[in-house]
Amino acid sequence: MKNNWPLWEVFVRSKNGLEHRHFGSIHAADAEMALENARDVYTRRNEGVSIWVVESKHITASNPENSGELFEPAQDKIYRHPTFYTLPDEVKHM
Amino acid sequence: MSEKEIKNHGAEHSLSLEEIFEQRIARDEKIEPKDWMPEKYRKTHIRQISQHAHSEIVGMLPEGNWITRAPSLRRKVALLAKVQDEAGHGLYLYSACETLGISREELYEQLHTGKAKYSSIFNYPTVTWADMGAIGWLVDGAAIINQVPLCSTSYGPYARAMIRVCKEESFHQRQGYEIMITLANGSPEQKEMAQDALNRWWWPSLMMFGPTDAESVHTAQSMKWKLKRKTNDELRQQFIDQTVPQAELIGLTIPDPDLKWNEEKKGYDFGKIDWDEFWQVVKGHGPCNKERMTARVNAWEKGEWVRNAAMAYAKKQEDKKLKKAI
Repeated sequence: MKNNWPLWEVFVRSKNGLEHRHFGSIHAADAEMALENARDVYTRRNEGVSIWVVESKHITASNPENSGELFEPAQDKIYRHPTFYTLPDEVKHM
Repeated sequence: MSEKEIKNHGAEHSLSLEEIFEQRIARDEKIEPKDWMPEKYRKTHIRQISQHAHSEIVGMLPEGNWITRAPSLRRKVALLAKVQDEAGHGLYLYSACETLGISREELYEQLHTGKAKYSSIFNYPTVTWADMGAIGWLVDGAAIINQVPLCSTSYGPYARAMIRVCKEESFHQRQGYEIMITLANGSPEQKEMAQDALNRWWWPSLMMFGPTDAESVHTAQSMKWKLKRKTNDELRQQFIDQTVPQAELIGLTIPDPDLKWNEEKKGYDFGKIDWDEFWQVVKGHGPCNKERMTARVNAWEKGEWVRNAAMAYAKKQEDKKLKKAI
């Protein structure tokens, strides 16, 4: 069992107009087989119109331990939200 | 901040990682693969998710037995689709399990060496066509009751896999019950065949909910981690209460002389389950344990050259592309 098939991540667009969404993963020898396996495993009931596969090792993910540094800086920037600004009630269409 | 709030705030800082983790789950937050988790949480989830995946994969064997002998094309395509779904469910679950840091190879190894278990129900033989009906109706029916609460379990990848599984499972049960209806309304021999299948699958189906609450060792911990929302006995009762009327509707008799409606608890009282049989099958002495494992290991070993050939082909194609680029 030296020749283990690598792991691929599967993204499916459920219909045109929607983005591809992560559906799960699959093992396959190459990209073409990954697409075929993803079709059989994740879209047996018309769940998609388009599939992306990418070998899992090519994905770089943020580390939850660094979530503080990464995401907290956005928390105190409330001036990025429309409700931060005070306007008189009479103003319409804004 | 009031003094009390400051105190609470201070206390929060002295919480251990594990306490913070338990609080997240209590707040119904999901745990994702790269999040910190206690080792016991990881191990318990690997055990349960892989056991679940193995059950789907081994579960294909008793039904695969009847694909070529299905009585009509309609029945054949349905059974084929059901078995294919089971392969799919196994794959969703294996990939969820792999996010916990165990490889597919190790998972298979655990199944093939008997280190990991799968649902005991698949160690019973499928001797007549009616068994396809009884399995869909009872075994998948029991599986649905076990699985629905898992759609909101705490580990994200498991919960997402279970949502997909549950969506697909309903057809399995309906096609099984339809087989039973047809047989029950058929010739006396066909009706007898349906009754015989019910007789053989009823008790093993009740055992699918696991030991009684008094005997179940993992219940408390599993409840806390939302791997369980109801106890084994509660789920078993729910299954009995919903299945008895379904049997009555098609004129079949549940093989339990002690089965009786209890107005006070608004549920059925039922006879004693043979737990010795349950433990015998769990320990590997069921009618088909050996046969199932032999079939599974054979399929894996005899497929090795195909897996190797696919990898060799992929490498060759890759090399060709590289040469062209140069």
